[in-house]
Amino acid sequence: MTATTAKPRSFQDIILRLQSYWAAQGCAIMQPYDMEVGAGTFHPATTLRSLGPRPWSAAYVQPSRRPTDGRYGENPNRLQHYYQYQVLIKPSPPELQALYLGSLEAIGIDMALHDIRFVEDDWESPTLGAWGLGWEVWCDGMEVSQFTYFQQVGGHDCTPVSGELTYGLERLAMYVLGAGHVMDMPYNDPAAPIPLTYGDVFRQTEEEFSRWNFDIANTEVLLRHFEEAEAECRAILDAPEADPKTGKRIVMAHPAYDQCIKASHIFNLLDARGVISVTERQAYIGRVRALAKQCADAFVQTTAGGRAA
Amino acid sequence: MPDLLIELFSEEIPARMQVRAADDLKARVTDGLVEAGLTYAGAAAFCTPRRLTLAIGGLTASSPTVQEERKGPRTDAPDKAIEGFLRGAGVTRDDLEIRDEKKGQVYYARITKAGRGADAIVAEVLDSVIRNFPWPKSMRWGDGSLRWVRPLHSILCILTDDAGEAQVVDLDVDGITAGNTTEGHRFMAPGRFAVTGFDDYCAKLKKRFVVLDAAERADAIWQDATNQAFAAGLEVAEDRGLLAEVAGLVEWPVVLMGTIDQTFLGLPPEVLQTSMKEHQKFFSVRNPKTGRIERFITVANRETADNGATILAGNQKVLFARLSDAKFFWENDLRIAEAGGQAWQDALANVTFHNKLGSQADRVNRIAALAREIAPVVGADPDLAEQAARWAKSDLPSEMVYEFPELQGLMGRYYADAAGLPAEVAAAAQEHYAPLGPSDDVPTAPVSVAVALADKLDILTGFWAIDEKPTGSKDPFALRRAALGVIRLVLENELGLRVSDRIEEGFEFHRQPSLETTREQIYQEILNDFDRGQEVAEEIAQALGNQAFEEIEKINSAVPLQPSIKARHISDAAQSIADMYVNQRSGIEWRSIFVPARDDLLSFFHDRLKVYLKDQGVRHDVIDACIAMEGNDDLALLVKRATALSDFLKTEDGENLLQGFKRANNILTQAEENDGVEYSFGADAKFAETGEERALFAALTKAEPQVAAALKSEDFAAVMSALAGLRAPIDAFFEAVQVNSDNQIVRRNRLNMLGQIRKIGLAAADLTRIEG
Repeated sequence: MTATTAKPRSFQDIILRLQSYWAAQGCAIMQPYDMEVGAGTFHPATTLRSLGPRPWSAAYVQPSRRPTDGRYGENPNRLQHYYQYQVLIKPSPPELQALYLGSLEAIGIDMALHDIRFVEDDWESPTLGAWGLGWEVWCDGMEVSQFTYFQQVGGHDCTPVSGELTYGLERLAMYVLGAGHVMDMPYNDPAAPIPLTYGDVFRQTEEEFSRWNFDIANTEVLLRHFEEAEAECRAILDAPEADPKTGKRIVMAHPAYDQCIKASHIFNLLDARGVISVTERQAYIGRVRALAKQCADAFVQTTAGGRAA
Repeated sequence: MPDLLIELFSEEIPARMQVRAADDLKARVTDGLVEAGLTYAGAAAFCTPRRLTLAIGGLTASSPTVQEERKGPRTDAPDKAIEGFLRGAGVTRDDLEIRDEKKGQVYYARITKAGRGADAIVAEVLDSVIRNFPWPKSMRWGDGSLRWVRPLHSILCILTDDAGEAQVVDLDVDGITAGNTTEGHRFMAPGRFAVTGFDDYCAKLKKRFVVLDAAERADAIWQDATNQAFAAGLEVAEDRGLLAEVAGLVEWPVVLMGTIDQTFLGLPPEVLQTSMKEHQKFFSVRNPKTGRIERFITVANRETADNGATILAGNQKVLFARLSDAKFFWENDLRIAEAGGQAWQDALANVTFHNKLGSQADRVNRIAALAREIAPVVGADPDLAEQAARWAKSDLPSEMVYEFPELQGLMGRYYADAAGLPAEVAAAAQEHYAPLGPSDDVPTAPVSVAVALADKLDILTGFWAIDEKPTGSKDPFALRRAALGVIRLVLENELGLRVSDRIEEGFEFHRQPSLETTREQIYQEILNDFDRGQEVAEEIAQALGNQAFEEIEKINSAVPLQPSIKARHISDAAQSIADMYVNQRSGIEWRSIFVPARDDLLSFFHDRLKVYLKDQGVRHDVIDACIAMEGNDDLALLVKRATALSDFLKTEDGENLLQGFKRANNILTQAEENDGVEYSFGADAKFAETGEERALFAALTKAEPQVAAALKSEDFAAVMSALAGLRAPIDAFFEAVQVNSDNQIVRRNRLNMLGQIRKIGLAAADLTRIEG
């Protein structure tokens, strides 16, 4: 740890330190999922891999989108596009809290000066049919992570239980780096030949997407896309298990789940456009949840989901 | 007499569950020990974020040895039976005793149940308590199956004898072996240490920065917070719930006071307070002179070398971001408010209130119309009442209320002010939700009262119209609370309001949804049951001709078709029949649909009123006696009557008069049954034989107009005191006079006199419903 005891100097430095810390704890360092998602949990490396009996241990950065949180790049810490760092270990090890605190030290948080607290926050994802118990972790009153023991995902009991850690990277980094506004935070090393701030990289996109999310996105097209993703998801899962071409049994849990992710994100966009009423909202969430459940049902029928090969 | 110390050490227990958990631990363990035959001198339970602790003093070292006698079979019973008995009792044949009984010689076994050591009992009880602990929500972790609120890490369980020697209780729960060690503060004193007893445990914990007692932590926090505020000439806004919560978040409380950036001091104090409390669990510190919130108190869980400077700076930074959000919402909202709030009104049209009851805008229109109708009754200006109702829900689409739903109403008030609306309109925006609970204040400003009543009556009539009433514990739209709200508004403002009329007005606005609901019900009914379909069709056919039967024919002829086509035909036909039914109803007998709903809703009000009055010491039968009277939808009148009657029945006169009334009524009822006539003619004094009869006659003659006059002026106290005047003559009458005289004229006259008692009594209330 001696190499990292100096304070990190940039956003990317924090990400790199988390990557090497969790790699050192034995996690498979995975890459972001290549789809628009609302949170790191949606990555199949979490959602699907938390299901079934097989041990799993992964960590990754996941770009995440929450259209309703767009503030045109003006709010000091609200963004419609941001990064989450996600760790999932199954079964959850007994020393997970200590491991987690170690990761905070790795990114330069001095436990002797700060006030770290585990404050009750039960996690529930109505769209994923998932819930777990845990905390939001506070550092000096700032929520820096979500810490959850998964109890159910896609309507399936989690046995064994996965421990999930989610770090909101921008907020955490702002805190560690002492940035008052996210856009002022150094993205790369401030001493680099071409120093870039977070704002240099993202201010313009925040502005553009805020406008699109709130006012321009074509709701009719989105509504249609939602229906299509839903139909495609079902169609994929309805396909017979036996693949006539290869003669193998191939359950397509992941392709179906991609469509579920798509439907979920489109719902978020529609929500940001303000065209979904309170009662309709529940119905849409229910539709996405139904897809997530069917994907989970399919996944546990696969080898990775625990079915004997 | 050993002492027992138990500590269940886990990852952080939610603050809101800690106190209850400590109580449950104490109750369950002590109950278990006592049930197993142990006794103890005292027990105390404690909680911190990471531990539940139970200390039991003066526990008996073992349970007593118990002798038990068990009756067996007769000595001449088959060997098999005898052997079975021996096995069951765990004795040999030599241990049996033979006794002579009526039916012959019988075996008896004497079983000695040896006492068990406290350690074995504690192990058994604690194992069961842990496995069956009543957490509101519990979880599994790792690959185990044990459930606890969060992962359970260690169990400390020791018995300390009088010499101070500690013995670890032999216990293993799913791989967690009990020991004599625990941990101190997570950060300030990591590492395990051993303890020998409760005092040692407390002392060592304190040295390791853990205050075991939550009350002690709360006291320390409050003390320190108020001192720091006082030193700055400020005061802490009291919040006991928050204090208890914060005490459950720390093992070693350190109070820090921070400042709020000047930029935010213009926000409404409620916004500051809510944002700080909800998001950060900060206490608000205000300037007693201005009432403005200027600082905050946060409670850290540790001491630091820089005396909390880093922690405070961090907290201030978080607060800055939070309040920036709040300010952003506030300023955006103010812009809309100053422009008259039209954007919000438009938004309400897009928010569904309920799929059968339309949008929030529809709801606002109904409330506005109702408020207008109600206004004159409550002394409000109808135009103002309507305007207030139209504004009342404006803040729902505002950004501030989206973020902090608990500020609804209050923001409406601020925004009404910003929009330059009349003060009454602003007040109603905040007050029309009230009263929310039984102890919540009831609005008294006429415009607020009108909107508050309209709001609640709309919700009630709406859900009654679509037949979604509360059942059992299910009341998702808080309709019981709404009804109680109406009751309190009416009573506490002493409104002479006929609830039935208001309900009818409310229903008028829900005519369409109600008909739609009926249509849907009929449709489903026909789909589920063709016979019922026939019945409905016949009913309709009588009014509309044979068209309905044609639809039935369609159903019958569809039967041999393919299932999918058949289903469609039947569904279409059922739809047509339902349409015809509803069209016929809506044209001819809308009343036949809504009158039962109205009466049902009125009796819902009466049920709520019973609960309300019961809390005020009025018995349910007394209320029933008053509900049975005319005008029972005037709730204020009903309550006046019930309270007067209730008070009266608590007096000696009242109690005796009731007995007299009942006696009169019983004799009368029996006589009327036997004779087949009603004794309701006035009695005549000239047939009176005794002084008591004459006295009663005189008293009745005097009381009758008194009661009638008092009823007319709704002076129920006077009604009751007029009745009280009858008590002595009635008692004397029954004492001296035999009603059933042989002289039929005398008898009839006396019965008629009883009839008069009944008449006067029943004019006050239906006294036959009073129990006892």
